Amino acid sequence: MPKLKVSLLTGRTVDQGVGKEHGKLSEEYQESVAICHMDPEDIKSLGIRENENVKIITNFGSVVLRLVKSPTAPHPKIVFIPYGPWASLVMNPETHGTGMPSLKGIPAEIEPALEERVSSMLDLLEEHYKRE
Amino acid sequence: MPVVSQVTCPVCGSFCDDIEVIVKNNVITDVRNACAIGAAKFLDYANHRSVKPLVRKNGELVEASLDEAIRKSAEILIDATYPILYGWSSTSCEAIRVGLELAEEVGGVIDNTSTICHGPSILSIQDVGISSCTLGQLRHRADLIVYWGCNPWSSHPRHVERYTTFSNGRFQKSTWRAYVSRLGGILSKKRLRRAVNLVLRRDVFATPEISRELPYTMFKKKRKMVVVDVRKTHSADVADYFLQVEPNKDYELLQAFRMLIADEELDVDRVAGVPVETLDEIADVMIGCKLGVIFFGLGLTMTEGKLRNIDAAISLVRDLNRRTKFLIMPMRGHFNVAGANVVFTWQTGYPFAVDFSQGYPQYNPGETSVIDILCRDETDAALVVASDPVAHFPKKAAQNLVKNPLIVIDPQTTPTSLMADVVFPSTFVGIETEGTAYRMDHVPLPLKKIVEPPSNCLSDVEILQRILHEVRRLGSKRK
Repeated sequence: MPKLKVSLLTGRTVDQGVGKEHGKLSEEYQESVAICHMDPEDIKSLGIRENENVKIITNFGSVVLRLVKSPTAPHPKIVFIPYGPWASLVMNPETHGTGMPSLKGIPAEIEPALEERVSSMLDLLEEHYKRE
Repeated sequence: MPVVSQVTCPVCGSFCDDIEVIVKNNVITDVRNACAIGAAKFLDYANHRSVKPLVRKNGELVEASLDEAIRKSAEILIDATYPILYGWSSTSCEAIRVGLELAEEVGGVIDNTSTICHGPSILSIQDVGISSCTLGQLRHRADLIVYWGCNPWSSHPRHVERYTTFSNGRFQKSTWRAYVSRLGGILSKKRLRRAVNLVLRRDVFATPEISRELPYTMFKKKRKMVVVDVRKTHSADVADYFLQVEPNKDYELLQAFRMLIADEELDVDRVAGVPVETLDEIADVMIGCKLGVIFFGLGLTMTEGKLRNIDAAISLVRDLNRRTKFLIMPMRGHFNVAGANVVFTWQTGYPFAVDFSQGYPQYNPGETSVIDILCRDETDAALVVASDPVAHFPKKAAQNLVKNPLIVIDPQTTPTSLMADVVFPSTFVGIETEGTAYRMDHVPLPLKKIVEPPSNCLSDVEILQRILHEVRRLGSKRK
């Protein structure tokens, strides 16, 4: 299966801001943050198309997200995920003594995940943060 | 129809104070002047709010009386040896003040969201100092605006329009018209090209090479805007010039600018992926401006180098002040994150990550900051106010947060409130409750009450005061 080494960024988007005001459990919120923006050339090299699912793997975890053609391309080998519970699964908690984890510029691998589905908010909470 | 004017928008650090809200029968029906995010907040806040306190019993969150929820919260905080009190940036200064009193009473750690936002900027400002001003000064006077590692178009949608390039100041005029005509030119060129290609059935225009030369607008005396980022964001589209830096290389680029401004030679062809000649030209524009400003965002604080990136940015501004007038300002995220820092500082002496476990305030980010405490799994309970750490903390920190007793005070249902043991639905500050908040340039502004809250819904201040009262009552009983 084709894999690509990329640098991962997180950040705000207008859709994420509007989505969170619609409610964190709303469909709009999930649609706006359970996605990743990727350079069109990189999408081609993975042999997949927009709106198909990809898996992002870092040293800290993995997450399946819907692929969106980046509106801010070209930015080869840079993948952007809006802030949210999905992005948090692959972030680096190391603060280097500053209190601030590393949420941008994280080395990651990305691969097609056509068979896997994107977790809903409740499934994600159940899977990763279930209380004993 | 009653119109409430001069409303402050309780969303981002721009804290726009010119919003008009139309209210009919205690329901907000329309909003004027707000951005998409602000409008969504005012119009949709009531659609997903909870109104009853919840307490977890046998693994399920069930409705409870306010007194029961208050008692349960007080017990959790008293029984804990090292509780965390986190959030605070989306509530009023008045609530933060009570929160600090509660943190001191229970001997816990109190931290605000700047720990995962501009915490490194604060550390750097404490190290190096900062030359800053209010946004009003920049609106009237700044002729060179640099947005470094931030994307105001998405995170502070009205920042450019209200305070910088597209605002009409007394001495600096808006460049909005110039931008629209430039955009019109680009679009007509594209349309012409498409039409010619259709007629001739071949591509007669070769793809233009990306020019590294600075556009002519950068050398005019009017307002100019430069965006430095790792990708061409929408903010970069409205800028006069976009400088694309390689990820995690901002420090090199800032130091290269410092060398060029000191008239030193660089022995390399490129720095952080940018040719040195381009940097040289931009350095000339920086020196040539009358009043410049660097707005910086999480592109500097979250990447490699963290606070050292901010050290370099502030030092660059200090160097530039030998040649012209230059200022620097962090782009604060939540509408009252600056207020949280201010209230923390005036009450404890420190702006965030304050530890009361010894009975007096201690401050050592990296040790007393919540992410570190959670990753080391040292805490045994938490109170979260107006924040959603389960959604935004790295997985390991969030997992350690939810495994301990958790109290949430928030008007909305969030991933954090779904994981909590006690949930207080509070009123929306700035919509249902008044208060005070600080804009990103540390100007305090009032938050208005526009509509009546649902009955039995208390404000953050009242809920915190009742928890504090109960903690004192139970504490004295146990002694």
